[in-house]
Amino acid sequence: MLKSTFPWLIVAVTGCVMIAAFFVPPLAEWKNEAGAWFEILAAMAFVVGGANLFAQHLKKISARRAGWGYSAVTLFSFVVTLVVGLFKVGVIGEDPNYPWAGHYQAEGSALWWLYQFAYQPLIGTMFALLAFYVASAAFRAFRAKNTEATMLLTAAFIVLLGRTYAGTWLTSAVPDDYSALTFPGMTAIILGVFNTAGQRAIMIGIALGVAATSLKVLLGVDRSYLGSDGD
Amino acid sequence: MIDLLRNLDRRWIFLAMLLAVSIPILAQQSFPERPTKTVLDVFNYIEGLPEGSNILLSFDFGPSSDGELEPIATAVVRHCCLKRHKMFFMTLYPDGVPLPERTIKSVIEQEFESYNFKYGEDYINLGFNNAEELVIIVMGTDIKKMFPTDIEKKPLDGFPIAENITSLEDMDLIFTITTGYPGMKEWVQYGSSPLGVKLAVGSTAVQAPEAYPYLPDQMLGLLAAIKGAAEYEAALADKYPAFRDPAKNQGIKRMAPQFWAHLLIIGLIVLGNVVYFADRFQGARR
Amino acid sequence: MISVMAVVLCLLTLCTRPILAQDTAAAPTDAIAPPSKLIAKDHDNDAGTAIDLEWTLSPDDQPQRKPRVVVGYQVFRSLADGMERVSLESLTPGTVKFTDRSCKYGAAYLYEVVAVGSGNRDSEPARLAQPVRAVRQWFDASRVWFGVIVLIVCGCVIGFTEIVKAGRGTHVRAIAGLKAIEEAAGRATEMGRPCLFVPGLRDMNEISTVAGINVLSHVARIAAEYDATIEVPTCRSLVMTAARETVQAAYIAAGRPEAFNDDRISYITDEQFAYVAWMTGYMVREKPAACFYMGTFFAESLILAETGNSIGAIQIAGTSQAAQLPFFVAACDYTLIGEELFAASAYLSGEPQQLGSLKGQDAGKALAAALLIAGCLLATETSLLPKTTQFAQALDYLTNSILR
Repeated sequence: MLKSTFPWLIVAVTGCVMIAAFFVPPLAEWKNEAGAWFEILAAMAFVVGGANLFAQHLKKISARRAGWGYSAVTLFSFVVTLVVGLFKVGVIGEDPNYPWAGHYQAEGSALWWLYQFAYQPLIGTMFALLAFYVASAAFRAFRAKNTEATMLLTAAFIVLLGRTYAGTWLTSAVPDDYSALTFPGMTAIILGVFNTAGQRAIMIGIALGVAATSLKVLLGVDRSYLGSDGD
Repeated sequence: MIDLLRNLDRRWIFLAMLLAVSIPILAQQSFPERPTKTVLDVFNYIEGLPEGSNILLSFDFGPSSDGELEPIATAVVRHCCLKRHKMFFMTLYPDGVPLPERTIKSVIEQEFESYNFKYGEDYINLGFNNAEELVIIVMGTDIKKMFPTDIEKKPLDGFPIAENITSLEDMDLIFTITTGYPGMKEWVQYGSSPLGVKLAVGSTAVQAPEAYPYLPDQMLGLLAAIKGAAEYEAALADKYPAFRDPAKNQGIKRMAPQFWAHLLIIGLIVLGNVVYFADRFQGARR
Repeated sequence: MISVMAVVLCLLTLCTRPILAQDTAAAPTDAIAPPSKLIAKDHDNDAGTAIDLEWTLSPDDQPQRKPRVVVGYQVFRSLADGMERVSLESLTPGTVKFTDRSCKYGAAYLYEVVAVGSGNRDSEPARLAQPVRAVRQWFDASRVWFGVIVLIVCGCVIGFTEIVKAGRGTHVRAIAGLKAIEEAAGRATEMGRPCLFVPGLRDMNEISTVAGINVLSHVARIAAEYDATIEVPTCRSLVMTAARETVQAAYIAAGRPEAFNDDRISYITDEQFAYVAWMTGYMVREKPAACFYMGTFFAESLILAETGNSIGAIQIAGTSQAAQLPFFVAACDYTLIGEELFAASAYLSGEPQQLGSLKGQDAGKALAAALLIAGCLLATETSLLPKTTQFAQALDYLTNSILR
């Protein structure tokens, strides 16, 4: 009962409040209040997440499981970042007598340094890996196996060329009156017409899926996310 | 040859991509750009706004997509400075907090030093709020509820720029530079669509196709990644000759590696299909 | 004496000249004409906290006159008794409307609008004759059609659920990706390797994450039945908590509660690419036999799917992020496209009340298609027959009232 019905009641009441707030202007503020509650819960969950992270990695280190060295690095980075951020290490405020009044990410602070010279390059590197994965996927997966795949490939060729100077250069001889026949022109048509039509169809499907799932959640028809399906 | 391609180690592909991207960067190659309609719509709107119009610039991205989106931010802020618009910076990304600050420093305080823009009068950094799309929803009725202070925690009411600002409806343009959630869709759903405020978007390339269904009613225009930035820089250079120097235009510079990367991908698709059809041909003969 | 008087006169002249010059510069050459016909009315569909103002421009507000005589308008507000007069907003020239959204419900206000000229010259104000009060509306009339559409869609979902519960019309088309889940779990068992389930990057307030966790419930049950190990790394603490409850319940339902190990469902980090780094590292080290990606994904989709492909895992993905679908389609064995992710739980459970919701969704799609066709026809008619105003009116009503 406590494990399934009570959480579902919270879900149902909050959902109904959100719906009512959308249609009844004086209740609009409730929508903001519900959002604020979610933020509070999510902030509390940070503590749960942090504790779990600590427990997992400490277990791994103490048991000397394979890769325990990585866990040590993770915990060290976690603690260092937390400490320099919380205690505003190296922050110099406008008034040097009150350095804590400065912003925690103020230029020159320890957290700023970590962000600038560790976090930013690492995250940028991970994102840049995409270029390599796109290239390998292009070689391995984009095959003209049937008519649909061939059409997809043709569209990909046009857009790849149309989004660079190569497309402009290759069709530079085409008169301006026939600009739709240039690679950039065809790219604009593919993105603006065919892509838009497909995107809208998918969006409508997703929106209806979201509505139906939300309704199932509100009515308590599907409670598998509460871990109590057969309750 | 076909056997070689069939069993090609993907690390050779990675090496080819590395060369395709790095050589044009080292050679400082660049190509001319011509602005397309989705970019020109944004440029012309900002150009046509009266001096001192309010523009909200939301940097909704983190350092991961900084390489793709930073040139957009620079080009748009540059244009706002030229038109002396009032700029309100903010971010919905926790790890994006230093990014508006960096653009403010490099563009407003250094490049446009002679314009004597004053913090709190001509521009302000509202900082970050963690409430995701709720920030946009609440800003629709009360900006100061979500941002009672600026990034330095100084009360917003103390700044002249914020005196006449109540809600998003007081903005003449919202410009979101976005990489995912919260970003473009949330600004459309809770910002531009219900309030009727003009919205322009700078997005990553992968997200750009999702933006087209919103053009032109719910979204004024779109700057799609490096290409969008390069086109905006070209539009700016057409109007303001001082910005024709390629060294100032990061977007145009970064289009050269993209040019070669696209050609490499086309080549790889062709090679992949050569292998595929060779296999099919051999299978049919057997 | 005369010379002294001359010196004094000269001094007086020297002193007064700049003063006179300043006065001349400061004095208005002619007064600025005020704006007129100021009217105020309640702002529609709000909680009684906004008032709309409208006025006619000052005759001196002419864009073609250079330099401009009127450089803006200033709006002032005071209580009905004239107290608490405040300046509300500086507006650009040519503005004829303003909405005051900072009203207190129930308070009566008086407004003034002044045309502001260069050199801080103000016109006489246009004043409101009678105080105005904001009125509270208890229903947002602009959203009535939205409400109707929501009621129709929800009504269809509930109606079809009842029909299916009664034992009629339970056919649902096969979704290859969902049929493959059992095969994937079986393969993992045979190979003695784990299954990896990734519930996406968003929190539990995102409905696609809820849909992903619903799928996890079924995957975990199959894994429990086959005695396969399931690993669920999460990037949100709330998702971790929900996933633990879900997987534990699945193990209990499968009759193997002792096999549940909550260490396998862990929080990694909120940061997108650090989360990706953990997962790709895990994939390369542990080589899971099956990878499931169900929820909201962004740029990491291709990194995950390509790494999964490189280790030879069978991969099934589902996301509501349309931009990531091409990457999953290219790199995974099966992909649930958009709404299929939301249908997955119903499909896998086979429960009539859940299957009914799929039929309700189809009815919603039919409604959307009908509206699209009607809109296309009306727009076509309007452009072909521009003189026939009924079509234009109908199109306007459809786009600006029904679909707004």
